[in-house]
Amino acid sequence: MKITIGHLYPDLLNLYGDRGNIKCLEKRCEWRGIEAETIRFELNDKISFDNLDIVLLGGGSDREQMIVCTRLQEIREDFQQYVEDGGVVIAVCGGYQLLGHYYRTEQGEMKGLSLVDLYTEQGEGRLIGNVVLKSDLFDMPVTGFENHGGRTTLGNCRPLGKVISGFGNDGKSGYEGAVYKNVIGTYLHGPVLPKNPDLADYLIKKALERKYGKAVSLSPLDDTEEKEANAYIFERFAGKK
Amino acid sequence: MGIRCTAAVLAAKATGFFCRLTGKQGVTLAGKVALAVCPDILPQLSGQVRKKIFVTCGTNGKTTTNNMLASAIEAEGYKVVCNHTGSNMLNGVAAAFALSAKWYGKLDADYAVIEVDEASTRYVFPAIHPDYMLMTNLFRDQLDRYGEIDITMNILEEMIRTVPKMKLIINADDALSEFLAEDSGNRFVTYGISRPVIKGTANEIREGQFCKKCGTRLSYRFYHYSQLGDYSCPKCGFKRPVPKYDGYDVDVSDNISFCVENRRLSASYRGFYNVYNILAAYAAMRTARIPVEHFQKMLDGFHPENGRMEQFNYKDTRIILNLAKNPAGFNQNIASVMQDTSPKDIIIVINDNAQDGRDISWLWDVDFDAFGDSSINSITVSGIRCHDMRLRMKYVDIPALLEKDVETAVRKRAEDGVKNLYVLVNYTALFDTRNILKRLEDSKG
Repeated sequence: MKITIGHLYPDLLNLYGDRGNIKCLEKRCEWRGIEAETIRFELNDKISFDNLDIVLLGGGSDREQMIVCTRLQEIREDFQQYVEDGGVVIAVCGGYQLLGHYYRTEQGEMKGLSLVDLYTEQGEGRLIGNVVLKSDLFDMPVTGFENHGGRTTLGNCRPLGKVISGFGNDGKSGYEGAVYKNVIGTYLHGPVLPKNPDLADYLIKKALERKYGKAVSLSPLDDTEEKEANAYIFERFAGKK
Repeated sequence: MGIRCTAAVLAAKATGFFCRLTGKQGVTLAGKVALAVCPDILPQLSGQVRKKIFVTCGTNGKTTTNNMLASAIEAEGYKVVCNHTGSNMLNGVAAAFALSAKWYGKLDADYAVIEVDEASTRYVFPAIHPDYMLMTNLFRDQLDRYGEIDITMNILEEMIRTVPKMKLIINADDALSEFLAEDSGNRFVTYGISRPVIKGTANEIREGQFCKKCGTRLSYRFYHYSQLGDYSCPKCGFKRPVPKYDGYDVDVSDNISFCVENRRLSASYRGFYNVYNILAAYAAMRTARIPVEHFQKMLDGFHPENGRMEQFNYKDTRIILNLAKNPAGFNQNIASVMQDTSPKDIIIVINDNAQDGRDISWLWDVDFDAFGDSSINSITVSGIRCHDMRLRMKYVDIPALLEKDVETAVRKRAEDGVKNLYVLVNYTALFDTRNILKRLEDSKG
């Protein structure tokens, strides 16, 4: 088996150790004997979504995000078709905001891709800190770090998890991230995948099932280091006080 | 000189003294006390500097460069105020002046050479009105504290413009610094290295790959490391200037040696980044027209210390402590460690206290692959975020030993008979680790 990962614009969107997410997907495939290839797309490259099994959209500075945003409008239709067809996407921080309808700031409005029914507005102050979530999708808690000025409101989609510690989408709703079809958007970096192997495996499994059109069960890995790093954050921020 | 200012100086000195008695660093606290007693203390004391005031800013190499510049000026026979310990926020700067003053509030100094944290320029620049600003480089660092590098640059530019008389001394090889200097409108001079010295690694994270002027991708003739190199914009013509102080014949194979203005300079420590530090200090001296007759002599006696490749001995173990607090710095540190080809063991200490940046995702932007080399016997991960560091090492296929407590980690390695031990630490781990190593060294094991 083989999966192909498309890393969108890593030259511009590479703020929070995003390449750790790519490494994680690659390694967790490799450790199971599944071939994994990553294609790095630069701004003017043509993206053929038909050949991709997982798309990663990372975070960038506001300025860089604006450059990407303009370009993404040109490939919006192809991207949407990929999403509606069950294509797997993991979008982090700025990339997560771009999935929605818009990101409104004092300086103006950045048009999003409208791939997922959500929108973001700039709030007062940045929401920064370690985060612990409980997600229905996984047994293990999801842990990571958030750092965002935008407050995201979900429409017709589910959150990724309930906030046990931290701010989440808007600091009020008690939820973090978004799940729509096989798209996961989240403010969590850290990077998010290495320390949350369940989440990484979820993406790999969905990608393989879509590609090969059959149920896939991933062979278990020794996740001692992953579990201990995850448990440390859980204990420190969400453990019994 | 007001009575308040005198009282502030006395209070700062007393605070510093008591902190030393109790074994604490105390510099920041002394500054805080001084400012509380006399909010005006910085303008009052810095106004007494007889000649010029330098500030040093930039992401990496600030402390070393700043201390080197201070030593270089002292070597020419002048008196200098300097925040040697690297306490570079408002309190630290206030402390440097207050602790250098006489008890009655008089400052006897020809020059001030002050390292300033980028975000603190807001408070320090209006208080001391620097004559020269020496910039080392701009890399990504502590994203949770400063936001993005764009934000840091905006702060710096805004503050530079508030001191129009201030002349900048910047690294021509850094497109971000060059843009900042051009855009600020202040006068500036440049230093740099015009020929490739070492092969840059291909997959390093590089900042500012796109022209800050027009947004086009910059083209590079070569990279030194990170984004430092020879760049030009194919569209708008923005490009690396020919540096006024050009380092050439650079040799970093063992110790450091290079030429500038027909003068050969050499130093007994390692690391390509130290060429930049020396060059920057030299350029600052020349720009301010301070003689450099004793510059090489200063270098002979200058040891970066403060945990910058600082050496300790415990039992039969030689221990080298080095600060590594962001991807660019860490990659350079790894390169320096790997220049030592003899067998070695490594301890990496990662904390996530406020001063380190609570976000440790930057660990994934460091290229740890070089640590897979056969000359490395073991890697121990330690500090508050040792679990994350161990997971990071798993991703370069290196099984790491986990020992949260630094002292235990060091003792264990020494007891195992390790001869050559490198301890790489991030910011808040530095002070404690340095104290532990000093104590172990004094105990004679």
